[in-house]
Amino acid sequence: MTDLETFRRETREWLDANCPESMRTPMQSDDDACWGGRKWTFQSEDQRLWLERMAARGWTAPDWPTEYGGGGLNKDEHKILRQEMARIQARSPLNSFGVWMIGPAILKFGSEALKRQHLPPIVRGEIRWCQGYSEPGAGSDLAGLQTKAEDKGDHFIVNGQKIWTSYADKADWMFCLVRTNPDAKKQAGISLVLFDMETPGVSTRPITLISGSSPFCETFLDNVRVEKDQVVGEVDQGWTIAKYLLTHEREMIGGFGRTAAGSKTLAEQAVDAIGLDNGRLADDMLRAEVAQWDLDARAFELTAERVSAQAKAGQGVGAASAMLKYYGTELNKRRQELLMALNGTDALYWEGKGGFDGSMPRHWLRSKGNSIEGGTSEIQLNVIAKNILELG
Amino acid sequence: MATLVLNEEQQMLKDAARGFLQERAPIAEFRRLRDTRDATGFSRDVWAAMVEQGFAGTLIPEAHGGFAFGHVGMGQIMEESGRTLALSPLLSSAVLGVSALTLAGSEAQQADLLPAVGQGELLLALAVDESGRHDPECIRTRAEHNGSGYTLNGCKTFVLDGHVADRLIVAARTSGDARATDGVTLFLVNPDTAGVEVERTIMVDARNAAEVRFNDAEVPADAVLGRVDEGLPVLEQLLDIGNAHLAAELLGLTQEVFERTVQYLKERKQFGVAIGSFQALQHRAADLFSEIELLKSAVVAALSALDEGDDHADQLCSLAKARASKVAELATNEGVQMHGGMGMTDEFDVGLFLKRARAAQQTFGDQRYHARRFARLRGY
Repeated sequence: MTDLETFRRETREWLDANCPESMRTPMQSDDDACWGGRKWTFQSEDQRLWLERMAARGWTAPDWPTEYGGGGLNKDEHKILRQEMARIQARSPLNSFGVWMIGPAILKFGSEALKRQHLPPIVRGEIRWCQGYSEPGAGSDLAGLQTKAEDKGDHFIVNGQKIWTSYADKADWMFCLVRTNPDAKKQAGISLVLFDMETPGVSTRPITLISGSSPFCETFLDNVRVEKDQVVGEVDQGWTIAKYLLTHEREMIGGFGRTAAGSKTLAEQAVDAIGLDNGRLADDMLRAEVAQWDLDARAFELTAERVSAQAKAGQGVGAASAMLKYYGTELNKRRQELLMALNGTDALYWEGKGGFDGSMPRHWLRSKGNSIEGGTSEIQLNVIAKNILELG
Repeated sequence: MATLVLNEEQQMLKDAARGFLQERAPIAEFRRLRDTRDATGFSRDVWAAMVEQGFAGTLIPEAHGGFAFGHVGMGQIMEESGRTLALSPLLSSAVLGVSALTLAGSEAQQADLLPAVGQGELLLALAVDESGRHDPECIRTRAEHNGSGYTLNGCKTFVLDGHVADRLIVAARTSGDARATDGVTLFLVNPDTAGVEVERTIMVDARNAAEVRFNDAEVPADAVLGRVDEGLPVLEQLLDIGNAHLAAELLGLTQEVFERTVQYLKERKQFGVAIGSFQALQHRAADLFSEIELLKSAVVAALSALDEGDDHADQLCSLAKARASKVAELATNEGVQMHGGMGMTDEFDVGLFLKRARAAQQTFGDQRYHARRFARLRGY
């Protein structure tokens, strides 16, 4: 038996013994996810157990080095773990901007001390992170950010305002882009700093969206003290890390275009909504639109697979993430518009048990943000035009 | 899961095909053949050189003198020939003809014909369409049993390279009415047979698509290709193969016209700057780039599904052809528009791509036909 086969067998046995039954059912909505952190209230004992057990093996961050609490798995082992979790429909034990974003950035750019301080609590789900990027005056023009950090010798004093901070009101720490050098050229005077959200001078206010939910906040920074050892990478060199994280974020959001395993396809939802006539969707105009969406979505899935296969084969994928982000989010918006059209007035119920218990219009409204957050569609097209096509 | 990245051999074949076609069959050669109203419609010399490169034997099994390089391999040659608008019987003979023989031919037919097809000495052509709109499930050409063989009556249109073919592969009805799923039979017909009339028709893309008429044309019993009355499923597979390779050709054409257009945006100056500095054009180019990336994936997925005998190869072939047709239409239209007045001239090549794209789109069904088929195959 090869090492990988042994690893698979042991992983399967361990998951069988340790994944609680209730954690082997698909999540009904985002509300079922576990985000961890100091303010977190577990929704069930099983949710707590599942996080603790996985974290103890480092499998909340399977490919991070074991010295920082990670699982230390190589690519093949990581893939096997994902496959074995999917086999029993195990839920992700932890949703975490720490694992997805700032952790990889600290691993790549951070000092040894930062790694030892921040990575283990991320793995254990003890600290929940938020991202302080956009500002009221710096959206698409992110490098125009104005939040300033004044050098006070051993620390900085930070003043400014951030906006669209995901879950800032629930987070424990922020990774934040600040201007450390007001005299340098736009991109050159930016640093990435870390601070505790309980630091005096930090306050947050949730923003109510058109969907009624409040996943984003305004964050106000009023004379916030940030220690100098909490700078990731070099001072004034934060834009490189910011770009690295933006690429990461694009890839995550670009995944929206794909139909999650186990959920109904658009075609199935279309059949549920309007039925078949002689084997064909009963409305020929909608059938044409659903088919066109289906064709585009299938080609998009194949492209995501191709890009990752090329990456594995060591072939450069370049600015592929901008293309995936652009196309994936536009596809998801089309899907949501089609679902609304397919279900007619049933899709409009906002309260009560009618229609889809209010979920359909909320998903539709939420999708409008997909092509804005993480860089608008227009910014992605700029990136493609400038970086790939070299049109200037 | 389909193979989506070329292996080393396939990449080498692609590079070799590109080098060869750009040298021996560039667009200047296409123009020469068009402008001299060449009777053959392609250059026999260039074809002989293609054969020497092994192109004609790419899909032929090794037992019959071929290279068995598969559809992904052949697709790379088709893609590269789309870039230079190379005129040749690659699609008609080396793809469709060879596939008809390997899918349905008897051992004797294969042994008799495949080596000669691989040597480029024998050309094949597929006669399926009977009206302007592709509808292979409606076959009216009749083949009646006449004791020793069959008597053919009817008319086929848009038979690619039909005017130079040495054998025609004809879909005819041996029983049932026009739309019956049983009762279609494939025949190998020598065009010299009495009662067979072939008329060359020159289409907008300056290629050859003959009209073939059968008036009491008698063929022997051993002209049957595959089983009597059971030809429709074979025909469907054959059309899947043809569509995957047409999608590959359209991918090559689309990339070429896109690259030339982007280059033009960098060179053409108005208001004192390159027009490629205007965001109105940048965003359209970037959107087109994304559409082409998705097309690349669809084409390679369809070709490898054919090689791997994937159960959903039919869906993937329709996906590839639908997307290739849609994106080629967009790319050629944008190409003409972004070239401005120059795009309207015969001197610039962009119009040649526009014309070939529409013809390739309509060959065996355009984006609408294949979107409908895709929906049907997916159960809605």
